[in-house]
Amino acid sequence: MISVTGARKSYGNFAALDDVTLDIPAGTLTALLGPSGSGKSTLLRSIAGLERLDAGSIVIGGQDVTQVAPQKRGIGFVFQHYAAFKHMTVRDNVGFGLSIRKRPKAEIARKVDDLLEIVGLDGFQHRYPAQLSGGQRQRMALARALAVDPEVLLLDEPFGALDAKVRADLRQWLRRLHDEVHVTTVLVTHDQEEALDVADRIAVLNKGRIEQVGDPVALYDRPANDFVMSFLGSVARLGGQLVRPHDIALHRSRERAQSLDARVGGSPGVIEAVVERVVRLGFEVRVDLRADSGERFAAQVTRAEADALDLRVGETVYARATQGPDVTETEPALAI
Amino acid sequence: MKTSTATRLGLRTVALGYLVVLLAVPIVLILWRTLGEGVGAFLESVRTPAAISALNLSLLIVAIVVPLNVVFGVATALALVRGRFRGRGLVQAVVDLPFAVSPIVVGVSLILLWGAGGWLGGVEKLGFKVIFGLPGMVIATLFVTLPFVVREVEPVLHEIGTDQEQAAATLGASSAQTFWRITLPAIRWGLTYGVVLTVARALGEFGAVIMVSSGFPGVSQTLTLLVHSRYIDDHNTYGAYAAATLLMGLAVVTLLLMTLLDRKRST
Amino acid sequence: MTATTATARRDDTMVSSLPPRPTPQRQFSARPLGVGLVGLWLSVIVLLPLAALTVTSFGDGVSGFWDAVTAPVALASLAVTVGLAAVVALLNAAMGTLIAWVLVRDDFPGKRVVNALIDLPFALPTIVASIVLLSLYGPNSPVHVHLNATRPGLVVALAFVTLPFVVRSVQPVLIEVDREVEEASASLGASNWTTFRRVVLPTLAPAIISGTGLAFARAIGEYGSVVLIGGNIPRRTQVASQYIQQQIEIDRPVNAAAVSVALLVIAFLTLFVLRVAAGRSRRREEESS
Repeated sequence: MISVTGARKSYGNFAALDDVTLDIPAGTLTALLGPSGSGKSTLLRSIAGLERLDAGSIVIGGQDVTQVAPQKRGIGFVFQHYAAFKHMTVRDNVGFGLSIRKRPKAEIARKVDDLLEIVGLDGFQHRYPAQLSGGQRQRMALARALAVDPEVLLLDEPFGALDAKVRADLRQWLRRLHDEVHVTTVLVTHDQEEALDVADRIAVLNKGRIEQVGDPVALYDRPANDFVMSFLGSVARLGGQLVRPHDIALHRSRERAQSLDARVGGSPGVIEAVVERVVRLGFEVRVDLRADSGERFAAQVTRAEADALDLRVGETVYARATQGPDVTETEPALAI
Repeated sequence: MKTSTATRLGLRTVALGYLVVLLAVPIVLILWRTLGEGVGAFLESVRTPAAISALNLSLLIVAIVVPLNVVFGVATALALVRGRFRGRGLVQAVVDLPFAVSPIVVGVSLILLWGAGGWLGGVEKLGFKVIFGLPGMVIATLFVTLPFVVREVEPVLHEIGTDQEQAAATLGASSAQTFWRITLPAIRWGLTYGVVLTVARALGEFGAVIMVSSGFPGVSQTLTLLVHSRYIDDHNTYGAYAAATLLMGLAVVTLLLMTLLDRKRST
Repeated sequence: MTATTATARRDDTMVSSLPPRPTPQRQFSARPLGVGLVGLWLSVIVLLPLAALTVTSFGDGVSGFWDAVTAPVALASLAVTVGLAAVVALLNAAMGTLIAWVLVRDDFPGKRVVNALIDLPFALPTIVASIVLLSLYGPNSPVHVHLNATRPGLVVALAFVTLPFVVRSVQPVLIEVDREVEEASASLGASNWTTFRRVVLPTLAPAIISGTGLAFARAIGEYGSVVLIGGNIPRRTQVASQYIQQQIEIDRPVNAAAVSVALLVIAFLTLFVLRVAAGRSRRREEESS
């Protein structure tokens, strides 16, 4: 369990953390999600003791560590750019923390070998970091952080420097690893897909403040505000309201659209729009639209719906929101 | 640019011709004049008591200067890269100063500071003879070699950043452990390169050292002073050539080390 | 950025101004004690001697300083020094650039050896350079070229010790130069000379200028390589460093200090102008990219 209370940190006039309070339950995998400059990395580095807070306190496992040096916090930290010790072999990198703790050589060797097997780097013991790929280096860094049996594992954009395919693989792998070792894990990311994919809980940060904390489904379906909604998942602006593109229904007839819309509370109403482009993305079809007001938005419909509508560029359709933060559908309606 | 063969050959000829006239021919000539008399004559000339004493003195100065430069050079580089103190720009400028100061001016400055009647001339009465003594030659050499280690280590420190050191800290390493096990190994090639430059310059320094040395053969002559005095005072041209050849040999070793280290550093 | 595609994130509105570079905890930065020691070290080794020099140079007041610097022989030595240094700097600018060009763009057997040889003047003690050149151009010259105690002799000595500056500053830039720009220029009908003058040279200019300036500053203060070949003839071949050394020998420390300060000022001005010029051209580069 990690408790951050009233954390503040400024660099000159820039408030990186502005009264942040956050509880991270033991054994969870929590993502700190936010844009660049939102303070998520500063928060993580403060938990690690790599930054000193201007005000506030940090408690890890019941112990107030606010004034404790990073060496004594019982943490494992994984850096975005791996921070591999370039002059050491993989074995020495992973065993570094244990050798600092003066553990017997045999114990270190055994533990290192075990960890390398877990992270899939068995047989790489005598390589140097320069001889590893980015993904392998990051897995080595993870093994290194886990070697000292940390109470909490802190990951600062761990997959940020890797290419898309490797990122996705490592993400899945991290999730499985967490399910095996259950160490309390905090992951910093600016990638909402990554957060939704791996985390049990997500804390969305913006401008040094926490906007919302909750499980991924709650944040996606019931965002606390426009910022969280637009940061987590894609959005379209329909008649001044933010709506998910897959929550927009399209109709050929105005009457049909209006009659269905009448059953929805808080709806932005029926919007007349011209089809600008129809893009088939496998099962989904994205329809780019332009409203009378000139506002452009995109709706996401299934292939079957699109076929039924038989949309052509330049044709007029009627759009309505079926769901949204302010929209509640009283009874399910057919899309068409 | 696609240059015609004629142009290319022309440019090549001019460039290589310049280098031959300026560098190659004089060096080959001096080697020929030294070794033309036989290796025995050369060895005899560099084995006289005065020559051996000069070599020992040069090496002694190197042995004192190098450790000092390593310790303070690394500390200065760390302060410049990691420090956020006022006057950082000033320190940067001071580190570069020795490159811009004539060796003779270095000598004059040291005489005016440490010599009789100088600001710190009082230490002479305490039995610490700086000017015309070993300390003066060491301080002069320190002055001219001061930038090398700093300037070679600084960019390496910049490049490695603090990630590795922070990682070491999160793994429980104390700052001393981090320095010895992470920082020092990471800068080792840059540091070695700086040391090689320091050694080369320390062995080769002439102007600053001649100003502060009493220059007695067999007592206070370094190798470079020996070359000078053999040529000027003793009119022993051959002896001067032989001593110069010895120094040249050391320079070539330096050059080889530099080339090797350059390759090491870039991997 | 992320690899996700189906997002409607508007980064421009959401990314507020980036935070300033975080200052890591003290542990990873220099400690005050270390900074203090470094300051003390630099002061004792570098600053204090130069301060003593400057104070001594004004020992007889400002007029004393002025008299010392403008004494005919002193002034002549400064003029000879600056004049020779300028000639050597220009020679370096031309030959150094040419050598760098040949080393980068040309290919011939033994190129690596030649490349390594360029650093020799840095590694070679200056007094050895003096002896080496005397053996060829001195009294016993096998080719009967006698440059001993002449200004051309000084130019040769100074050119020898300053050879690496321009070569080594131009070479890396030339390696990095985007050759497509030259091909574009050629495709637009420019001759080789025009391409070099209008496309390549402007890119190399900052490096040439900086190398030339360093060579100039070095030549201004040089002593070891000129002491044997120069002849030390007042008003003709006596350079400022030799004049200063002479004044110390005849126990005129104020004169020596004053000319030293003049020499320092010239060197600093050169390096200062260089730094400004380099900063300006770097800024122009950054703006254009």
